[in-house]
Amino acid sequence: MSRARTILGIFLLFLFLFALTGERPFASHLAYYYDILINIGINVILAVSLNLVNGYTGQFSLGHAGFMAVGAYAAGSWSEHLSPGLVNFLAGSNGVLTFVLQPFPFLQPFAFPTAVADNLALIVATMFGGLLAALAGLAVGIPSLRLRGDYLAIVTLGFGEIIRTLILNIDFLGAARGMSVTGRYTNMFWTFGFAAVAIYVVLGLVNSTYGRGFLTVRDDEVAAEAMGINTTKYKVIAFVVGAFFAGTAGSLFAHYAGFLTPEGFNFFKSVDVVVMVILGGMGSTTGVILAAALLTILPEVLRALAHTDFVPAAQKAIEGVIPIHLPPLQGLLENRLILYSLLLIIMMLTRPQGLFGDLAGSRKRVTSSASK
Amino acid sequence: MTSLSPCETSKEIREPRPTKYGRFRRWPHQSTFTLRRFLRAGLSLFTFHLSLLFAAPAVAQIKIGAVSCISGPLSTFGVSSIRGARMAIEEVNAKGGVLGQSIDLVVDDNGSKAGETARIARKFLSQDHVVAILGDLTSSATMEAAPLAQEAHVPLLTPTATAIAVTKVGDYIFRSCFTDPFTGRIMARFAIEHLHARRGVILIDVKQDYSIGVSAELGSFYRQEGGQVLQEFSFSSGDTDFRAQLSSLKSLQPEVVFVPAYYTEAALILREARQLGVKAPFVGGEGWDSPSLISVAGKTAEGSYYTNHFSPDDPEPLVQTFVRAYKTKYGTAPDALSALWYDGAGLLADAIRRAGSTEPAKIRDALATTKNFPGVTGNISVDERRNASKPVVVVTIANGQVKMVERVEP
Repeated sequence: MSRARTILGIFLLFLFLFALTGERPFASHLAYYYDILINIGINVILAVSLNLVNGYTGQFSLGHAGFMAVGAYAAGSWSEHLSPGLVNFLAGSNGVLTFVLQPFPFLQPFAFPTAVADNLALIVATMFGGLLAALAGLAVGIPSLRLRGDYLAIVTLGFGEIIRTLILNIDFLGAARGMSVTGRYTNMFWTFGFAAVAIYVVLGLVNSTYGRGFLTVRDDEVAAEAMGINTTKYKVIAFVVGAFFAGTAGSLFAHYAGFLTPEGFNFFKSVDVVVMVILGGMGSTTGVILAAALLTILPEVLRALAHTDFVPAAQKAIEGVIPIHLPPLQGLLENRLILYSLLLIIMMLTRPQGLFGDLAGSRKRVTSSASK
Repeated sequence: MTSLSPCETSKEIREPRPTKYGRFRRWPHQSTFTLRRFLRAGLSLFTFHLSLLFAAPAVAQIKIGAVSCISGPLSTFGVSSIRGARMAIEEVNAKGGVLGQSIDLVVDDNGSKAGETARIARKFLSQDHVVAILGDLTSSATMEAAPLAQEAHVPLLTPTATAIAVTKVGDYIFRSCFTDPFTGRIMARFAIEHLHARRGVILIDVKQDYSIGVSAELGSFYRQEGGQVLQEFSFSSGDTDFRAQLSSLKSLQPEVVFVPAYYTEAALILREARQLGVKAPFVGGEGWDSPSLISVAGKTAEGSYYTNHFSPDDPEPLVQTFVRAYKTKYGTAPDALSALWYDGAGLLADAIRRAGSTEPAKIRDALATTKNFPGVTGNISVDERRNASKPVVVVTIANGQVKMVERVEP
């Protein structure tokens, strides 16, 4: 639990730091780096929540992009169609709050300025998106979590595709045209705030007495059942919590990108998250957070390298010393996703146990911790 | 550089030196070559070079950011598009650039992923300080970047995004291709003026925005010009059997059949229609433009017409020079995407020249007043809604080859 507190502390520090950076840093000259940081935050939420299902509970889910899509579209349509009226009613210039505060001029500063209203709108939309995604998780989880291994993977994969096809056929959600979300409310504060909540909830769940059930399901399902643990219930809980946070990540993405298209939540998006979990080490939250950050930064580093003259210069230098002709490396860098995949393979070969491996306790078994 | 101490060169190590440590022949930890030390030296050299790199003064260049899907599922389109844009900028630079400076095309790949184009647009605007953005290829990706460019007041020109919503984002967003309704109008006019056909039917793919967008304008314009739409039939992408629609179509005896759909379905429709004995000519849109149309439909595609952005056998000298240059550079004939992006990049360079300044606001004004820019896809003018008004090429299929019929001015 102390590790959980440390991580939480680090994230709270982040939270505090970025709360100081002001309202909308996205127009500044640092916009690109903020963009990467926000994406790290969103990917951390996705990876940590999937880690609860795939890592701690040992159920292989391939449908995380589907839950993210549910959250993104639910939150997006909430902000686009449902909430403007509500927010206006409560906090607008002729809203309830202004009316209530009217007789007390000294309380006027507490009336919602737009910035506060934006933040409120984001929280409400994100909770809405998360809850709908959790509902979807429940609906998929109850029938399908009686399956194991490959079969579960196929069912969750199918679910993701069903969601995408459904959205493609719902005109209200923009179908193939995509949906614009005009309120781009997402900021550093709430992204890392939700990431901190996700980490806290997952670590809190797993490290509690109650949550040991997740680990027993992963380690030996038959033995767990024999010990009187309701394995299906545990699996469904993991699934629903995972889906909830995937939904919040979706909402943050919707209010950040400002435009949603069903193609953005395809099978490859799910695989991206699964790769983060596997690279981080199944069942190691610290490792998964690091992997999420690393895999978000890596393509950008490769992008930066492709734009500098460094690689051709280095190639020339090498070819000057050693008389060999290398293939044009710059061309390889332009297809940076090839290099990205190559680096992934190297990472998996060198650290098959995850980035932190045993250090972060990813292999910690219930039995060993119980015997202490 | 810190880890390279002077005594690390092998010569000095071998010679005993009269220092206060002289009685030791060598320090144990400085003894010989080790892999670790080699790597450490390499790393410090690397960082040193890196620091030189970033300290290098920037050459005065005009930067244009280009974003497309070079990798991922849409990469075939993305690669063509960037080839066209690169060629245009290289030609401009070979002629001395614009405003006495060369243009630097900063190309970035969105990997066909959602959210990437927004990040690249932020990079263009905050890191590269581009004067204009070229892209993206698809409408949905362009919709991510457009609000950012609008907020930053930097012009964005998309050579290929056809959705109406794109240019509605704001007055800094331009398009250098025509939109879906425009295609519909050209198809209707071609049928009336060239085929003298006044009794038509329309086959609509209800699952494709493109098809719905084209046929709405096609129907109303055809009626307005004196044509008669006998009936509209509908089908969905993925259908393979169109006999029901085609049999009742045959009994109506139309003079022309409009099929504003993509090539997969269009090819099957052509095959089944000819088998059923439908004699009327078929007219399609640029969605037909694919080699697989001819390979699937075979002989049944003969005598059909479709509209397109560009035709490589257009006798126009400008087009022929472009096709030749493209073939020598890349080894293949250019497709419509390369041509469109070639024109888009050329149009941006031309706008900077006409603006006489690299200020984004002035480039915007120059773009908005574009009149008859000579491109390989025709003379481009920009209308008041910031959409391009330009000629359309009508092609026909004869002897398994695509032949140009005419160039229709807007």
